[in-house]
Amino acid sequence: MFRLQGKLVDNLPKVYGLYTGGFVIFIFLMAILDKMGVSAATIGILFVAFTICIYALIGWLSRTMELGADYVAGREVPAVYNGMATAADWMSGASFVALAGGIYFGGYGYMAFIVGWTGGYVLVNALMAPYLRKFGCYTVPDFIGTRYGGNVARFCAVVILVTASFTYVTAQIDASGTIAARALNIRYETGVWFGLLAILMCSMLGGMRAVTWTQVAQYIVLIIAYLVPIIWMSNRQGFGIIPHFTYGEAIHRIQELEPMVKLGLKATESFAGRSILTTPFNATGAPLESWKFATLALCMMAGTASLPHILMRYFTTPSVRSARKSVAWSLFFIFLLYFSAPCLATLTKLQLLDPNLPTAIIGKPFAEVANLAWIKNWASVGMVAISDSNKDGILQINEFFMRPDVVVLATPEIAGLPYVISGLVAAGGLAAAMSTADGLILAIANALSHDLYYKMIDPKADVRLRLIVSRVLLVVIGVLAAFIASLHITGILGAVAWAFCFACSGLFFPLVLGVWWKRANREGAIAGMICGFIAGCAYLYYVETGGAPWWGIDGLRFGMIGMPVSLVSMVLVSLMTPAPDAETQKMVDNTRIPTGGTILDAMH
Amino acid sequence: MPSNHDADRVAGHWAKTRNLTFIILGLWFVFAFILPWYTKALNAFTFMGFPLGFYFIAQGSLIAFVVMIFVQNWFQDKIDDEFGFHEE
Repeated sequence: MFRLQGKLVDNLPKVYGLYTGGFVIFIFLMAILDKMGVSAATIGILFVAFTICIYALIGWLSRTMELGADYVAGREVPAVYNGMATAADWMSGASFVALAGGIYFGGYGYMAFIVGWTGGYVLVNALMAPYLRKFGCYTVPDFIGTRYGGNVARFCAVVILVTASFTYVTAQIDASGTIAARALNIRYETGVWFGLLAILMCSMLGGMRAVTWTQVAQYIVLIIAYLVPIIWMSNRQGFGIIPHFTYGEAIHRIQELEPMVKLGLKATESFAGRSILTTPFNATGAPLESWKFATLALCMMAGTASLPHILMRYFTTPSVRSARKSVAWSLFFIFLLYFSAPCLATLTKLQLLDPNLPTAIIGKPFAEVANLAWIKNWASVGMVAISDSNKDGILQINEFFMRPDVVVLATPEIAGLPYVISGLVAAGGLAAAMSTADGLILAIANALSHDLYYKMIDPKADVRLRLIVSRVLLVVIGVLAAFIASLHITGILGAVAWAFCFACSGLFFPLVLGVWWKRANREGAIAGMICGFIAGCAYLYYVETGGAPWWGIDGLRFGMIGMPVSLVSMVLVSLMTPAPDAETQKMVDNTRIPTGGTILDAMH
Repeated sequence: MPSNHDADRVAGHWAKTRNLTFIILGLWFVFAFILPWYTKALNAFTFMGFPLGFYFIAQGSLIAFVVMIFVQNWFQDKIDDEFGFHEE
């Protein structure tokens, strides 16, 4: 049986070129079926089934029983492709499905997610990626454990990593369940298990190598799926083919319309999980507004630079220089989606509000709106609700309720685009959620199997046993996450923000100072991880149980409490205890030199 | 492992690397915090049809981040080459 590796690395442009072409042909084929009258449900199923089969095929072809391939894809992924894989790894169900919806409802405040999730890469590139690559570790706790020495530090890092990644992965499985439920017409709870099955198919047999090559494929699907509806909508609304540089007028128009539709009116009824539009789209200059923006952006950036599933992607490149290059490409590919999200939110909002557009619903007769196909479809699955609260027969702004998570998924239908676009968007959202879930489950399984099992419990375990442990863990973690996701506790975006705050509270400073401050020692790092993480968790508990937030620091940005505690305790304890030995200091020096073998290889 | 007479080379390389990093972090701070902080005030200006403050948080800062990383890497490669840390 032929194996992708070796052959594949030399033929990447051809393989993925063919794949992209094939996917575009598939879209046209679906469009033809759509025109021929094949039902929307069938097209949705075909889209989801086709893409998942391809990912599973890639996963199976990249199967491996080698340790290096399983943990770091053999360290031979070229920078551009690693960039694409990282972008897919990074852009989760939250980015794809929930981000534009968050901006639609939250306006200025939620734009902090965009700035935070891109600006974080400047930190990754400047402070982390090249040095961690030089270190040559398999996992993030591996770096902590080697730099600071000792199993306590390693264990603390594992605990934080697992908490952050697990919170994140439940949000991803939640997102894949939401999409599968709508596209396949199954119940949400069933959709969650279906999503898990698809996720595991990609990572079960090939570890990091399989995940890398499926993630590249998933990036291609998700970026096409995100951009096509925007371009289509913008053409209809007269903003040209590439709306990104021309939709400025739409923002002025929304600001004009907001007082006309009486934005800010309170709802007199409530529907679980769904909300009305109350926040103005642009900044209002309200007190605390800028502060809340800055704190959220900071937590997301520091979280980006400490989330292990991202950092470990840069362990797969051939060299330090290519690790840096690959960060640059990652951000470029991520940027393509993020600078489209505000555009999508703007165009969607405009077409619901602007009475001059045929798609407007606010201010229209209630009976007419209640008859629209998309309102009926999404209302039947509990995502949208309308109610003529004041009985005037007109749909007012405070009578239209929507789950923020469905703005992107519903947009093609709202705009009246053919169903094939909805199928495409569902496939894209699923790709985004699956790729991130794969990266996260892998990060957790690797940390547990490498750092906990191999390094701490059974250092004599052979390769085969280590790989089996890692794969059993993969399934166990996935099942656990799917179970929690099926309980549907928080919204997608909220759970994701928590994951970032967990990661930055505990790991940001121990990672950064490990490279940038030679004096940092084991005691300091342990104190930094434990105090930062506990302070963050305690504050989250305080806020979530009804405590009044301090200076507007709510549950989305509790890293603002965890990070300073972590920094101060790490510096103080480091200075109060002896400096690290000469060997460790030399190791740090060596980490800063881009050439030569990895640190870990030199130690063996 | 660098031998002793390499110490100057290593120190020089690190000094330049560190300076470059600090400059980049300074720029990062401006685009990540200073400009978004003044969104309301910047909105008084219009840029390509956008309110300027909105433009920065939706696109301008993002573009700046992408450019910053590519530029930093370009300079970093030059620093590595200058001190003979060029790999393959």
